[in-house]
Amino acid sequence: MSIEILMPALSPTMEEGKLAKWLVKEGDVVKSGDILAEIETDKATMEFEAVDEGKIGKLLVAEGTEGVKVNEPIATLLADGEPSLGTRPSAAPRDDETKAKPETKPRPAAKAEPAPVARHPEVPPQAAPKDEYPAGTEMVTMTVREALRDAMAEEMRRDDRVFLMGEEVAQYQGAYKVSQGLLEEFGARRVIDTPITEHGFTGLGVGAAFADLRPVVEFMTWNFAMQAIDQIINSAAKTRYMSGGQMHCPIVFRGPNGPAARVGAQHSQDYSSWYAHIPGIKVVAPYFAADAKGLLKAAIRDPNPVIFLENEICYGRSFPVPKLDDHIVPIGKARVIKPGKDVTLVAHSICVGLILEAAEALASEGIDAELIDLRTLRPLDTESVLASVRKTNRIVTVEQGWPICSIGSEIASVVALEAFDWLDAPPIKVTGKDVPMPYAANLEKLALPHVEDVVNAAKAVCYR
Amino acid sequence: MNEPSKVPETGVANAGSGSNTPALKQFYRDMLLIRRFEEKAGQLYGMGLIGGFCHLYIGQEAVVVGVQAAQKEGDQVITAYRDHGHMLACGMDPKNVMSELTGRASGYSKGKGGSMHMFSAEKKFYGGHGIVGAQVPLGTGLAFANKYRNNGQVSVTYFGDGAANQGQVYESFNMAELWKLPVVYVIENNQYAMGTAVDRASAETHFFKRGASFNIPGEQVDGMDVEAVHAAAAKALDWCRAGNGPIILEMKTYRYRGHSMSDPGKYRTRDEVQAVREKRDPIDHLGQRLLKDKLVTEDDLKAIDKDIRSIVNTAAEFATESPEPDPSELFTDVMA
Repeated sequence: MSIEILMPALSPTMEEGKLAKWLVKEGDVVKSGDILAEIETDKATMEFEAVDEGKIGKLLVAEGTEGVKVNEPIATLLADGEPSLGTRPSAAPRDDETKAKPETKPRPAAKAEPAPVARHPEVPPQAAPKDEYPAGTEMVTMTVREALRDAMAEEMRRDDRVFLMGEEVAQYQGAYKVSQGLLEEFGARRVIDTPITEHGFTGLGVGAAFADLRPVVEFMTWNFAMQAIDQIINSAAKTRYMSGGQMHCPIVFRGPNGPAARVGAQHSQDYSSWYAHIPGIKVVAPYFAADAKGLLKAAIRDPNPVIFLENEICYGRSFPVPKLDDHIVPIGKARVIKPGKDVTLVAHSICVGLILEAAEALASEGIDAELIDLRTLRPLDTESVLASVRKTNRIVTVEQGWPICSIGSEIASVVALEAFDWLDAPPIKVTGKDVPMPYAANLEKLALPHVEDVVNAAKAVCYR
Repeated sequence: MNEPSKVPETGVANAGSGSNTPALKQFYRDMLLIRRFEEKAGQLYGMGLIGGFCHLYIGQEAVVVGVQAAQKEGDQVITAYRDHGHMLACGMDPKNVMSELTGRASGYSKGKGGSMHMFSAEKKFYGGHGIVGAQVPLGTGLAFANKYRNNGQVSVTYFGDGAANQGQVYESFNMAELWKLPVVYVIENNQYAMGTAVDRASAETHFFKRGASFNIPGEQVDGMDVEAVHAAAAKALDWCRAGNGPIILEMKTYRYRGHSMSDPGKYRTRDEVQAVREKRDPIDHLGQRLLKDKLVTEDDLKAIDKDIRSIVNTAAEFATESPEPDPSELFTDVMA
């Protein structure tokens, strides 16, 4: 019988990939463990092995094809016996590769996020941050990952004191490929692979910053930075104050924050409110690639310690970025990404994607939402939030973190204290659920905020 | 030495036997300044003029004085919270150190740091850190910066026998040796981590061996003998400056006072403390040697003592008469 070999998912967040190279040809006999193809994910090039024995029938996807969806058939195998998981019986013998595009079967219930693939929601032109780049600036489309890499590369070219250190940042090109190419350009003096020793290398980075270098310390994820949080708070954040302003600590701590997909409780946590609580540091959490680039460059130049919260699922999303020699986004300024009159939706990082989608759904029901991307969590741009609430009289905050002492809690408090008379409804916080992140796909989905939660909350504050 | 062959015998500075008289007299004076300063700090604490935690360095003076004298301009110093002696040894002004202890605007940190958190960018003193062991990666980072800049400077990173059991110390050792960073780890083994004797807390009480699994050489030094300390430090600093990476000096020393001012000291006997004071005191020891070798007279020592007391009394007066920080200082120096 003929069975189909399906495009595999090779990372927790992979939705599609490039079939970089076939290592077998039609008619080859393969056995379990033979390498069939090289597949490029958003993070790395991986080898894909055969599971079943048999003879390769048709190669359904030509090598070099990009955007091949997970679970799309990529070849047929003529085999005896039952097909393994990861393959499935062919519906019919395929004689013609060019016939109708094979049906793409979604991964069964495995999505932690509604469509983590890139979306390009319509952003009204009047929402473009005119103060951040001149009108008419040429825009180039790039991923958040590339934007972050370019930001570091530009700052390293500008200032020899800037260096990158962390686990797998150099030879491996970054666990999430954010530092791709930096070792080649800047060498091992400035792009430094560390041992797995977060507490140690964080303290070492802080010491180097005391000595006036400009370290960029990458955490493979912020979950691992808990090993090092003493050095971040007690050493980096407090030393300027404790020294009466004599010492400084110009350092950036960066890496992916928040849940990825299906990695369980210890690898899925949003630290936004943890760090936003601490005086002596700045906390940045961008969504768009242009902000990721401009804010990371600003963070590297900042004389204070900066916590830079990225998001693994967003790394592969593409957005326009202004083509400028030196694109800087000031830390501490939120951005109204869509004006509206009925309700204010506030988010940062990946949840900006949620409010963009929610706004589309709300528009179809006649609710005109104003969208605010906080971008920076400390100092929090409360003026922008308050100005919006005084206009719309209603507010919903959206984040993946836990509800207690969350960013939403802080915003609700500020709004209650400063704009009480303007409110027509109590603020609503849409947050992650107050539980450690479960692994099971259905439970994980329940633990996270989704577009419909935002839509429902927005309707609730509008009494609709 | 756990790996004596790795450390060159050259480069011993001018201390050791046959040291020149001015250097020894200066050692005596520097140690006495720390002793008298700390005695005065203890007194002011008792009067309620110094608050919070206050950890006195009395008994350990030979360590910082010997090491500091072997350093070169630009070498950095970092330590934990028993730091008054280190600051005085670095050349920081006793008036402004004492003012920080009393929480006054004229203190090194404008009164915002206190006893445990004091710094001098000018004197390359990087604190003054209140979290046991946290200064070890920080000091290793100072060494990283030296190597990055290839400036020939060495980071002198102090920690105690208590901190020597913190995990981040070994994370630092690993990176320091891996990257051959110029750092001298000075372990001040004063026998007690707060109230816990070393053999109750440490599986290996020979702290100079603690770098063995990272191939970091170590040496045990009589930390009550300033000349021995100076000689060992000079050798260790040369080792780092020659690009050999880190080195450990275990200073066997003793603190006479409690862990902090609120320590009742029930974990050791009065006799034990008294015996060290009488037989091993670093200042008496050097004073006796200076007299025996006729390098000074009794009158010389008395003159030094009088001068030091005057400096300390001036510092105490300054520190108690200076104003507290202006309330507006509450919100300054949080961010640049």
